[in-house]
Amino acid sequence: MRLRITSEHIKGDIIKRVEDLSGQSLLECYQCGKCSAGCPVVNEMDVIPSEVIRLLQLGQADEALDSKTIWICASCLQCASKCPKGVEFSSICDALRQIVLRKRLSTPRMDADEVSAIMVSDAPQMGVVGALRKLNG
Amino acid sequence: MKIPYYPGCTLHERALDFDVSARECAKTLGVELEELPIWTCCGAVFPLVTDSVMEILAPVRNLAYASREGDKLVTLCSFCYHVLKRANRTIRTDPEKAEKANLFLRADTEAREEIESYTREDYTGQVEVIHFLEMLRDLVGYEAVAKKVRRKLKDLRVAPYYGCMLLRPKKEMEFDDPEQPSIFEEFLETLGCDVVDFPMKTECCGGFQIVSDEDLAIACSRNVVSSAIKRGADVIVTTCPLCRYNLDKKQEEMAKEVRGFRKIPVIYFTQLLGIALGIDGEHIDFTDNYVDPRPVLAEKSLL
Repeated sequence: MRLRITSEHIKGDIIKRVEDLSGQSLLECYQCGKCSAGCPVVNEMDVIPSEVIRLLQLGQADEALDSKTIWICASCLQCASKCPKGVEFSSICDALRQIVLRKRLSTPRMDADEVSAIMVSDAPQMGVVGALRKLNG
Repeated sequence: MKIPYYPGCTLHERALDFDVSARECAKTLGVELEELPIWTCCGAVFPLVTDSVMEILAPVRNLAYASREGDKLVTLCSFCYHVLKRANRTIRTDPEKAEKANLFLRADTEAREEIESYTREDYTGQVEVIHFLEMLRDLVGYEAVAKKVRRKLKDLRVAPYYGCMLLRPKKEMEFDDPEQPSIFEEFLETLGCDVVDFPMKTECCGGFQIVSDEDLAIACSRNVVSSAIKRGADVIVTTCPLCRYNLDKKQEEMAKEVRGFRKIPVIYFTQLLGIALGIDGEHIDFTDNYVDPRPVLAEKSLL
């Protein structure tokens, strides 16, 4: 991966937006990796949680916003529970999702008509409502 | 003792087995769960972004309804408990959001006459949201529960599955230790169960991802189920309808992927409590379970 790192990127609006929306300070993270180690779905991610934070620290918002990771997180909050610095990756993930969903930047999200018939007829309502709120906005 | 009760959407329909068993257990223990006269969906997920007021309106509205019924609100579903408790905390700690939320509640009142009497005053976070397990421990008392136990479950090896939403984030949920919780174990010991400790008891079942990424959620659930089986559990108990669904109903898929996969029943803690209290069968319904718990319960002479 080739990254172009400049102070403009690092101090960019979108990085500040992630911090504001998530309520997290990205520079608190010292890359110990406990969030990634504790994440139950890390194997499915293309960029692991601690790497997403590192990308953001380096001003690489697009890399983070384009990752599969942000749609895979189930908000179980294990990362937040494990972090020795109190950084909540799950909130950073929600912020990244919201940036995409609010601007409709791309479409890796779920529309109501994509919920399978079996889920509509069988799954607890909380699952369907939860998925659509997280993945559709 | 009467106490206001918020069932939530899932317990109102798909998890009636949870709702019915809980109400009957409460009655046997001298508690009348009084369903709120008006309630709506809590929204199912709590917004993790800082600027969201809209997403806490549903839970705050429900809390405002509850404030007219009493100073406490009991709920059973882990998601409802999580969302109501965090929204309540937001109202208590964030004056700006509290004011905005109350502005919306007032607009509601003007628009809907039937709830007029419910939301005349601002909601200030005065209701205490408690989980049914906390009600058993703190209001009824585990000792009082133990005295009502008619059938000791001593031969049943039970794995308590906490999942995520009751415990995390610790500073907001204040439910139990997020790494080494004990409220569930103490409850099961009260019933005389042989409690099985297993390392995945606070891991995620995949949650709502079952709807959008089924394989991902099944992989999570399989880790939880396998861990309990490996520790020799006869049954897993849970407090959450979505966990129940993922852990129980998806064992069909788990069995396809893992050779020699042994199935294990997953039931609600109130169903187990009902059996211990000697509540009759019609209130302890297992017909919605994919893995039928009745054979193992019969084997232990509990049915």
